[in-house]
Parts: sequence; structure tokens; C-alpha cells
Amino acid sequence: MRVRLLYFASFREAVGADEETRQVDEGTTVAGLWNALREGVPHFARFGAMPAVAVNCEYVSGARTLSEGDEVAFLPPIAGG
Amino acid sequence: MARLTDGPLRVAELIAAARRDSDGAVAAFVGVVRDRHEGLPVESIEYAAYGEMAERELEKIERELAAAFPETRTLVRHRVGTLRVGEESVAIVAVSPHRADAFAACREAIEAVKARVPIWKLERGPGREPAWVDPTRRGPGRPL
Repeated sequence: MRVRLLYFASFREAVGADEETRQVDEGTTVAGLWNALREGVPHFARFGAMPAVAVNCEYVSGARTLSEGDEVAFLPPIAGG
Repeated sequence: MARLTDGPLRVAELIAAARRDSDGAVAAFVGVVRDRHEGLPVESIEYAAYGEMAERELEKIERELAAAFPETRTLVRHRVGTLRVGEESVAIVAVSPHRADAFAACREAIEAVKARVPIWKLERGPGREPAWVDPTRRGPGRPL
């Protein structure tokens, strides 16, 4: 199945793209997807723990199982205000 | 009304929109770009957002505060785009019959914005590379 990844701020610069579509296996969790991304992006590998993450604009935990068409955004440390 | 905006924030208009004749207290918080951060001079900050999610989180914050403070009405607005020193980045107004709830709701609103709303700051200053502000680290924002 396919999920859409969105990148913002420092993650956007690290990846060099606003978004991408990824093929993932059925049953893939958010944490599993993060671990896969870490292998390809050195900037992500420097993070000790998984950053905050949203699926379809809602914060979720790493245990969340992904569904076809989900919009997934790993969020660099936010700094609003 | 959009809670995330690329136009100027207008506190007086927010107060007028929120206040009812039963409200005796208006508390407002305005966040402003300042000229230094972690000891380094700042010229401007570019605010970037995950727009759709930021709108939703701002709306949720207003809704949660309405539940926590039933007599109080809280409005939260945040800028995106490039702001120079002295420009207003966030505006919150809380109107209530009495001051205690107005102050409390206003304070909770800004803390919730900082904790939850997906917004980022790209800081620019003289003689250095633009850097994303990372509140989880000490020291100035670091370029990649």
C-alpha cells in the first residue's frame, strides 16, 4: 500500500522535498516507517528518539498502524509563538 | 475565520469579535519578534506551518479552553511568513465576566500553541546562515 509523507522545516531541507509517496507493507506502524526513513536520511539518524508525528493531521504514537492513503508527517521540534 | 494568517494580526478586532456585554475582563497576549535570540542578533523570522494541521490544532485549543472555562471566549491567531523585529507573530484574546478566568485561559492558550501547533521558525541574522529554531536544544539554532 502507499502512504504520503510530508516534510516541513529542517526535515524538508534534509530530504530535499516537500513530500513523497512511499510503498509500505500492510501492518507497517509509524515507528516502523520512521526506522526505515532513518536508514536513508543521515539527518534523521541523528535523532535519538522518534520525533512527534501526525497521521492525517492528528498526533499519533509510534504504535499506530498505517492505512492506504494515509498522510504522514514526522515533525521537527516545533517552535510556534 | 482562518486562525493561521499571512496578514497582520489585529488585536482590537479580535477583542471586538469576542467580547460580549457580560464580559468585564479582557486579557490579551501578543508575541513579538525580538532582536536577539540566545545572544545572537536577529533581523527576521520566517514562520512556516503545516497549515491544515495548524488550523485544526488552533481550533482545538479554542474549543478545549471553551470547555475548561465555560464563561470565557478565547481566540487564537498565528502569523506565517517572514516577520521583522517588532512584528506580531501570535495574538490571543480571552474575554470573560471576571479577570481570573481571562488571565488563565490566555496563559493556557499560549502554552498550548507552543506545545502543539506545528509551526517552525527560520531565524535570520547578520553574518550567519539562516537556522531553524530548535527549542529542545540549548544554544542558537543550527544550520544543517
